Amino acid sequence: MKRTVLDELLQARAAKRAMALVTDLATGAQTIVYPDAATSLSDDIKAAVGRAIQDDRSGTLDAPEGRLFIQVFTPPVRLILVGAVHIAQALAPMAALAGYAVSVVDPRRAFASDARFPDLDLSTEWPDEAMARLKPDSRTAVVTLTHDPKLDDPALAAALASDAFYIGALGSRKTHAARLGRLKEAGATDAQIARIHGPVGLAIGAASPAEIAVSIMAQITQARRGRAEAAS
Amino acid sequence: MTDTGLHASSDDVLARARSWRASGKGVALATVVSTWGSSPRPAGSQIAIDDSGAFVGSVSGGCIEGAVIREGLEAIRDGRIRLLDFGVSNEQAWEVGLACGGKVRVMVERVE
Repeated sequence: MKRTVLDELLQARAAKRAMALVTDLATGAQTIVYPDAATSLSDDIKAAVGRAIQDDRSGTLDAPEGRLFIQVFTPPVRLILVGAVHIAQALAPMAALAGYAVSVVDPRRAFASDARFPDLDLSTEWPDEAMARLKPDSRTAVVTLTHDPKLDDPALAAALASDAFYIGALGSRKTHAARLGRLKEAGATDAQIARIHGPVGLAIGAASPAEIAVSIMAQITQARRGRAEAAS
Repeated sequence: MTDTGLHASSDDVLARARSWRASGKGVALATVVSTWGSSPRPAGSQIAIDDSGAFVGSVSGGCIEGAVIREGLEAIRDGRIRLLDFGVSNEQAWEVGLACGGKVRVMVERVE
């Protein structure tokens, strides 16, 4: 790999661009391909690279030009946590280890302090403002952790209006039932509120904040990977 | 990027490859390019290897890293790209095979 290729890969990745590195496995020659950008590659190869990026799946391609390896680079999946509470302190680093870019949102400054969340994207915006800025998409998970309707409900409403692949809300069955009632009154449909995982997390008997974080991270992983497994 | 494992900056494979290279070390990258059957790490998984044999990342559950690092050191010396096959059908499998019974093909290249 040429240094210029390595530098470009790191630079584009830092800029959160989706791309693929195409390597000729016979010669080692390499080209970086961006979606919708011109390349010297054939249309067939370009189409295969586009599919690989779409599916977020690296692999080899037998082309008339030779055997190619298509290595896909996509921006990290994201996790938005609403509520800079104790569980978030455990869940944020766990999700970062699993490859997620984590944002924590809480307008209560005593909770959202850098001392509690070092080296993290921390925001003291109100959840509706933060969600409008962060724009959750199909590669984003959203989890509300405050129990406070003023904070949780606007975040959940914004998440339901998005393609977020996972939406979770902390709270007991009773709290959750009341929450769903409020969201329905505010105009959410049954199909929409069915997207919310609540009580949040897999039922593994989690008790401590860190254990609850494990159960939530496991459920997020299941939502992201379980579906791909079933489809393949 | 596609699940190369830990994303903490100290373990980032490509960033580490660049910083090793910038400090004057010889560096090779090894990348899983194909898998068959049950294999622990998907295509795109990588390790970076420096000329002392230090490495970051993973291309398997730890079963073949030793052999891949040896080939990486060779690639640093001669600059040739290599394709390595590991699996149960391989003679090597008994020494450095995959305990899971899967097969993987790994590309090894020098970082110029």
